[in-house]
Amino acid sequence: MTAIAAKPRASRLARLRNSDLWWSFKRHPSAVIAAIVLAVLVLSALFAPFIVPQNPYDLAALELLNAEIPPIWHPDGQWPFLLGTDLQGRDMLSAILYGSRASLIIGAASVAVSLTVGATLGLVAGYYGKWADGLLMRVGDVLLSMPTMLIAILVSAIARSLLPPGLREAGASAVIVLAISLSGWVQYARTVRALTMVERDKEYVQAARLIRVPARRIMLRHILPNTTTPLLVTATLNFGLGILIEATLSFLGVGMPLEQPSLGTLIRIGNQYLFSGLWWIVLFPALQLCLLVVSINVLGDWLRDALNPKLR
Amino acid sequence: MIVFLIKRIGNAILVMLTVAFLAFLIFRFLGDPVEMMMNESATQVERDELRARLGLNDSFLVQYGRFVVNAAQGEFGLSWRNQQAVTTLIAERFPATFELVLIATFISLVIGIPLGVFTAIGRGRWWAESLQFTSVVGVSLPSFLVGILLILTFSVSLGWLPGYGRGEVVPLGWWTTGLLTSSGRAAVVLPALSLSLFQITLVMRLVRAEMLETLRADFIKFARARGVPRRSLWFRHALKNCLMPVITLTAMQIGNLIAFALVTETVFQWPGMGMLFMQAVTFVDIPVMAAYLCIVSFIFVVLNTVVDIAYAVIDPRLRKS
Repeated sequence: MTAIAAKPRASRLARLRNSDLWWSFKRHPSAVIAAIVLAVLVLSALFAPFIVPQNPYDLAALELLNAEIPPIWHPDGQWPFLLGTDLQGRDMLSAILYGSRASLIIGAASVAVSLTVGATLGLVAGYYGKWADGLLMRVGDVLLSMPTMLIAILVSAIARSLLPPGLREAGASAVIVLAISLSGWVQYARTVRALTMVERDKEYVQAARLIRVPARRIMLRHILPNTTTPLLVTATLNFGLGILIEATLSFLGVGMPLEQPSLGTLIRIGNQYLFSGLWWIVLFPALQLCLLVVSINVLGDWLRDALNPKLR
Repeated sequence: MIVFLIKRIGNAILVMLTVAFLAFLIFRFLGDPVEMMMNESATQVERDELRARLGLNDSFLVQYGRFVVNAAQGEFGLSWRNQQAVTTLIAERFPATFELVLIATFISLVIGIPLGVFTAIGRGRWWAESLQFTSVVGVSLPSFLVGILLILTFSVSLGWLPGYGRGEVVPLGWWTTGLLTSSGRAAVVLPALSLSLFQITLVMRLVRAEMLETLRADFIKFARARGVPRRSLWFRHALKNCLMPVITLTAMQIGNLIAFALVTETVFQWPGMGMLFMQAVTFVDIPVMAAYLCIVSFIFVVLNTVVDIAYAVIDPRLRKS
């Protein structure tokens, strides 16, 4: 015993390598592939300005002479436009990497907002119960009676009509994040509430209460850490869902504006030329979106199974 | 049971009143109806007259009450865009959406149930596991993308099926159907397939999970010992016991399909309610938007309530909660 206790505390990396999670990860090739794909996609989006030949937002960099060039492996393809160009002469690869950036940021922001709001409300409702709990559950029931996607489309569409035209473009990403989070928080709130109700009556919480630890501190420091595992799984899957909803909104024309294209906006632009043979304008952003969401969902599925004690 | 019924229906009415309130707020405070309906040269007197005629000078609650009463009778006023009654506009578009949803549901059952059975009986084999993995991909694909990829493949490259519109339609009283003409039938294939893809994976996963559970039951072992052939064991003995949840899921999902038809209809230029709504968004045609919000929520609330009540009828334990 003393020998173990005397050992210096293992570093974070070493602890991760020895964990069950890492062991399970190594044994699931689909999870490893998904993680590598996701890492490549995220890094390429982050460092887009250093990788691609053009800044697609900079209208001065666009040359109409370069319009409608097919991908590089096509006989008419031209360097440096690896994946071809669109009708304004925008390089598709540049547009896709910058677009992924917008999609990833909105996905992450919607998870952050729904997670914060949902976990807070869930903690309060689960800890105090009574009317706070009843009210929260009723509101959640109403919101969950309709699919998140539909609520997001309706909210986004209506918010666009509400905003003055000047704010419409600038506020687009904030509107999308709010539209997704409006019903997104419910899932987190329900998870945290259920777990809080279990933890609230355990001895360690009673002990903390007895020595007069403030309620806020009990909730945040004692109970919340016990809810992180299911929250992590929900957050991963909702990250993918957020990107999907953003893409759908932008595709329908109630999401990101044409000046700051996300993947959905690029697909919307490409869709107009679907019947005129310019297939690369729509196909490559579409593939990028699929790759992104599929890899996130595969990771989320694996995480859910790996963290579920019943399946071990 | 009666208490449960009253509670459940009261809950549904409360939800509908909330939705109606939201719809009313948009309807009343988003843009000025008088400005939208009058032309530029109208005088102030004419404007005031219209304002009074529309009842816009009444108190807030009176206006809300009137909105609810009218909405309950299916009366949503005139479209700002083309001055037609909103109810007529939606009634014209409803058959298109309904047919699309119906066929998508049919496709999802016809493809999803056998796939679920196959992945369950072949568990651990490579073909069943790869099908299962494909279903994760199916869930991840956004429905508009599926639509675009279908158009790109079957319409643009191969030219087999039309990629937009509803084809030729035949009127049957107030209903219009595209299922009686060959162009209408060809036009419905791609949109219905694209709408049903998500549902197929859902049905497939549910049937698989239920089948795996049922196949472990004793009556299956006995049937096997008695020498019942495998095929009849799977499809007659086991599958029959899995269909109840599938029916519930299908009923619940009809509302979702109507909602997701919004996306599919936009991709395929399908003249249904969803496309009407998206056009209304483009032209800020508030009465149409408010009416769509109310009607779709109504369908959702009715489906949810009916399923809940049906459950309570079957399983008395649920009446308590």
